[in-house]
Amino acid sequence: MTVLIDKKKCNSCKGLPEPRCVQNCPGDLLSLGSEDGKAFIWDARDCWDCMTCVKLCPRRAITTKLPYVLADYKATLVPIAGKTSIRWTLTDKEGQVEQFESVTLQPKKKEARP
Amino acid sequence: MDIILTDIVKKSSTTLGRDMAEESFSIEALDTDLLIIGGGTAGCLAAVEARERAPGLRVTIMEKAHIDRSGCLSAGMNAINAYIHPGETPESFTRYVRFDALGLVREDLVLSQAREINDVVRRVEGWGLPIKKDEQGNYLRRGRWNVSINGEYLKPIIAQAARDAGAQVINRVAATNLMMKDGRVAGAYGLGVRDSKLYAIRARATIVATGGASGIYKPNNDGSAHHKMWYSPFNTGAGYTLGLRAGAEMTSFEMRFIALRVKDIIAPTGTLALGFGAPQVNAKGERFMAQRFADWGGDGSPTPLRVYGPVQEVKEGRGPCYLDTRHLTPEQVRNLKAAYLDMYPSIVLYWAANGIDPSKEAVEISGTEPYIMGGHCQAGYWIDVGRRTTLPGLYAAGDVAGGAPYKFISGCWAEGVIAARSAVNDLPSLATPPNPDKAQMEAEGERIFAPRRRFQEVGEGVAPSEMEERLQKVMDEYAGGVSTFYEMNAERLEVARHHLQRLEGQVKYLMARNPHQLLQAQEVIDRLLVARAVVEHLVHRKETRWPGYQTRLDYPQRDDERWLKFVNSIYDGETGEVRILERPYQQFVSGDRYKPKE
Repeated sequence: MTVLIDKKKCNSCKGLPEPRCVQNCPGDLLSLGSEDGKAFIWDARDCWDCMTCVKLCPRRAITTKLPYVLADYKATLVPIAGKTSIRWTLTDKEGQVEQFESVTLQPKKKEARP
Repeated sequence: MDIILTDIVKKSSTTLGRDMAEESFSIEALDTDLLIIGGGTAGCLAAVEARERAPGLRVTIMEKAHIDRSGCLSAGMNAINAYIHPGETPESFTRYVRFDALGLVREDLVLSQAREINDVVRRVEGWGLPIKKDEQGNYLRRGRWNVSINGEYLKPIIAQAARDAGAQVINRVAATNLMMKDGRVAGAYGLGVRDSKLYAIRARATIVATGGASGIYKPNNDGSAHHKMWYSPFNTGAGYTLGLRAGAEMTSFEMRFIALRVKDIIAPTGTLALGFGAPQVNAKGERFMAQRFADWGGDGSPTPLRVYGPVQEVKEGRGPCYLDTRHLTPEQVRNLKAAYLDMYPSIVLYWAANGIDPSKEAVEISGTEPYIMGGHCQAGYWIDVGRRTTLPGLYAAGDVAGGAPYKFISGCWAEGVIAARSAVNDLPSLATPPNPDKAQMEAEGERIFAPRRRFQEVGEGVAPSEMEERLQKVMDEYAGGVSTFYEMNAERLEVARHHLQRLEGQVKYLMARNPHQLLQAQEVIDRLLVARAVVEHLVHRKETRWPGYQTRLDYPQRDDERWLKFVNSIYDGETGEVRILERPYQQFVSGDRYKPKE
């Protein structure tokens, strides 16, 4: 299992033609359930852990979970993407928290083209 | 954008309703001047260049996913790994790339890319990419050819640039075949991933920029972690098979890329080795690269040897092998995690989950399964210096283009620019092709939708994932996968060839239960054909040119006298045969081919 979708939090990005996660998954892995109208993953095994959907979800309904065959239970990594930076909160399995922040976009420059 | 969409796109739609019980597919026919297949690293830059050179030109990007986060860059990138710093030149870069590829590259291609790299990096910086600087304000070096960046948002930045330049983007259409008319490429067909339509996009010129192929070999991890791989699992070789099925000449599929990665989580090691100065050590604590590969430069040996080395250590009983990070300070560990978050966040989670502190324990490494690609290695279309393929009207750029390894991101950008420039220059001689042939369109539709029809009409068959697994097992065991230390011989390759031929006969049983599986069915069909070409290339090269990438147990030596040349191939769609040709190597840059510097 590599992404978990909290169906209680997912509101299928009401108002948008397509939920952000469904629109952007590079692997075409996410879709909307025909019965409950919530996002689901076609095959959890096929996720590449790029975290695109996790970063884009406005309801923070999606979390990345590494396959248990590789990683112990309990640690979490939560990104919050702003317009020009991204903040990450890493919690290890003992509950120790580390935070990171990184710039993602700088103001456009007038190009100096030859 | 609105003007372009309404003004230039002529739409017509016909429905083929024959016997499609649950759903019929319709044809969406579009027209453009320049079609770019794949809106990734190379494709986005090609679109910008074409629109800047020829502002009135109709440029259309056919993108399998959504352009904002598709392909290799979806999680971001923390370095530009091909940049000409002060004191270096395109010639010195080419000399190094030739050394890294063990003396055999298309030097003309490498040189031409190197001449564009710095300009293109500055352009992307101008679009908003944060590039780290040193105290003097120069780009922060991370090695001889490398620049550190904050590239988490790299893909959305170049996608926005393509849109801003006025390119039309058609998301969620996966290319399935080239449209051929009178011996030239006249556009492409694609499967609408969301709407299950057959897209027929007619174009005067076409640039293929889809990326290379993962999933040909059994991955390091299986089951729930089978996509825990380094190369994008969604790069499935479509760009190669478009060309193969149309008779394009391909090169160097035998130079497979095997990446040296952090074991299990398969995270890139450049961040550790180049960014944080971690050497390779074996289980005995020996710096084996320095000892056994001193002639090649130890830890600075050519990339294939830096994978071959640790694999041999494990094979000979001195594994596991590690990148020794125990010299790192707590502050450096924090910087290391921050660098990974910009590109490959899951390793940070992996360390937190497993209680790993890289300043206290060395990081275990392994080789990945082999990938087929032209960005690190040189598998791809045989092209001229203008990135023209052997098919008139078709250009290639990025991982799908052959002959020029060591491209990485900036080289793919450069190649997109060069391909677009050639296409724009050639356009006056490329007339608008006649209307697409109705029979050809219908035949392509039938071919693509066959697995869906099988589900509707028969209800049982082979799932795409089953065929993928079978293919990967064959390639792993008989064509030099992880389980055989990447080694091979003629007899094993012959077995691989036999199995692949049989598997080809099973394609007609592929079944797709839903639209997502229909995409997967196309992907495994593509992977199978790529695998067949790989095996033919591996059979033909009777030397060991790139230990690890291409290790022939029956021809263990490098043999410049007989094999300093390119192995190329052309697929014959009629007979289903892959025909092999040889092309000579040409030296354009002076110096010893086995030295990193003059």
